[in-house]
Amino acid sequence: MNVFVKLTASFAATVALMSGVSAQAEFSLEGLSAEQQGLAIAKERKARDLGWGDSTSSVIMTLRNAQGEESIREMRMKSLEVANDGDKGLTIFDTPKDVKGTAFLNFSHIEKSDDQWLYLPALKRVKRISSRNKSGPFMGSEFAYEDLSSFEIEKYSFKFLAEEKVNGIDCYKIEQIPTDKNSGYTRQVAWLDKEHFRGQKVDFYDRKKSLLKTLTLSDYKLYLGKYWRPMKMDMLNHQTEKSTELNTLELAFRTGLKDSDFNKATLKRAR
Amino acid sequence: MTHKNLILLSSFLLAQTAHAVEFEVSGYAGLEWREYFETGQFNTTDVSQADRQYGIVAEPEMVWSLSEGEHTIVFKPFARIDSDDQERTHGDIRELSWMTYGDDWEITAGISKVYWGVAESQHLVDIINQTDFVEAPDGEDKLGQPMVKLTLLRDWGTLTGFVLPGFRERTFSGEEGRFRPALVVDTDNAQYEAGEEDAHVDYALRWSHTFEDYDVGLSWFQGTSRDPLLFVDPALAANPLATVKLAPYYAQINQIGVDLQATLDSWLWKFEAIYRSYNESLMDDFDQFEQLGLVSQSVDNYSAVTGGFEYTFYSPFETIWDLGVLTEYQYDSREDSQRVVGQNDLFVGSRIAFNDAESSELLLGFIQDLDNAGTQNIILEMSTRLGSSVKFNFDVFIPMSDDDNNISSQFKRDDYVQLGLNYYY
Repeated sequence: MNVFVKLTASFAATVALMSGVSAQAEFSLEGLSAEQQGLAIAKERKARDLGWGDSTSSVIMTLRNAQGEESIREMRMKSLEVANDGDKGLTIFDTPKDVKGTAFLNFSHIEKSDDQWLYLPALKRVKRISSRNKSGPFMGSEFAYEDLSSFEIEKYSFKFLAEEKVNGIDCYKIEQIPTDKNSGYTRQVAWLDKEHFRGQKVDFYDRKKSLLKTLTLSDYKLYLGKYWRPMKMDMLNHQTEKSTELNTLELAFRTGLKDSDFNKATLKRAR
Repeated sequence: MTHKNLILLSSFLLAQTAHAVEFEVSGYAGLEWREYFETGQFNTTDVSQADRQYGIVAEPEMVWSLSEGEHTIVFKPFARIDSDDQERTHGDIRELSWMTYGDDWEITAGISKVYWGVAESQHLVDIINQTDFVEAPDGEDKLGQPMVKLTLLRDWGTLTGFVLPGFRERTFSGEEGRFRPALVVDTDNAQYEAGEEDAHVDYALRWSHTFEDYDVGLSWFQGTSRDPLLFVDPALAANPLATVKLAPYYAQINQIGVDLQATLDSWLWKFEAIYRSYNESLMDDFDQFEQLGLVSQSVDNYSAVTGGFEYTFYSPFETIWDLGVLTEYQYDSREDSQRVVGQNDLFVGSRIAFNDAESSELLLGFIQDLDNAGTQNIILEMSTRLGSSVKFNFDVFIPMSDDDNNISSQFKRDDYVQLGLNYYY
């Protein structure tokens, strides 16, 4: 934990003891520049999400084109938190049926590019693939690979913009500028609720700086008494009028996943 | 243990397993229509090679998963019915295996499939499974191989040992099929160097590891070669009434292989190499066959290499496509285009993933024999999804050769267009 978070926490705890209110409500941005405020909010967001360990989930993704025609993708995801680096992730596809059993292994990194492997069950072939393609569509959806990767402070520079309400919830509005030159975005504007620092909405601006997509996160559920996860994520592409809805059907934490469950050699047995 | 106790115990175990077993069926069934541009090269008054082939294929997969996946049993049969080629009408057990694993090990026993290597234009290192050649001339389809496979996962890499009891013969087109030599390969007359014939037990070992951006593999194989040597059986050649056919001869070989991929930003650099050696006595025998005119070439130890790159342009031309450009060079130390397809050849190609909801893809490839300007192949493969469960494939394959001594010339009139519809469930 860094010094800032420690100081804030102890200060908040003192205030909480004196005033009897929740410690979380006393997160303070006073006396900071807009950039420092943005960073402080992002660090608080990250700090609140540490220690979840591992998780397994089952999700369904509904792709809709401008005419409203739907296409369904079902998949299961396994994630492992890695201290001081990006998370490890394994995604196994169940539908469309022709890609059933295809598995995608990702070791995300903070300082360097991610390591990615793809398992093609028909050929029994594990292929190392380039992780350069951050901005590409994930399974033909409106989600790019980078939209689904773990949130890391080092991936952006931040700036606090304003306090605004989103769907009646008080939020911090912050600007996130990707540090990776391969990002498909010039900037993102994110709204995090002031109470729990959960993303409520994100606007994505493309390389030409025009509004490309809006992500809306909802149906938050609390896990292990500490970790909030959205059960529903809607991504709308303003330029193509296509949209993708990602619903989490099942989610469990600390299921006993180990590092050996995330290995290119064991990718073949992922089912 | 008393009889009663045994019954109690077994019923308890049965109840336990019955409770924990998960069963799942999936797979596909499909229709295929292949149309050839030219009439067969080896048509005679008695035999005419197909001008058009219809096919029905099915490949169901049944999976039993016990104790939350700790034990898995897979059964995957395959069958094709072909309208013209009796040899292409065939079935196979692609998989019938049991797998279990621990933290740092994994065991598979039964009929299974394994893939080794990194290259796209040919697969030199990949040796465990026999090629199901009647399926497609690119050799990508494989027959199920009986094996016991033990994998150890260690800090220094992944080590896999194979015991391969039982050999699978390569499938070859029948006389009315395409992609066959002038003389039909008589698969009922397979011959072996090993006295155990197809019961010879083969062994293989593979180590693979990832060093940051580099994926490395080293492999060793000892046993029956999956690539048959083709010769005229002296017994048949001596009989003036017999139809002269080629017999596949499966020699004993020793092969070492290396494969390497460097994944550097948008570049994938790929390299595969093998060295294959035969027994001296086998090479002497084939020298004699050559003098008797039963084979057209001798047998030599050799090495072969495939190397190249794949560079991908992401979102080119303001699209959401991934556009890959591939180049691979193929070399074989025998430097003999009569015996070897990839002896000095260059593959260039492009792969486009359209990243649409239908997962549409296009692969366009061109292979040029650098020793013979008139020998080249054109490959086009396109696929897309119709609705949620049907995959549509459109393939074009155009082999060309103006040199009758080039091994590729036997397929020079087998250019085809193929449409396929597969329903997945």
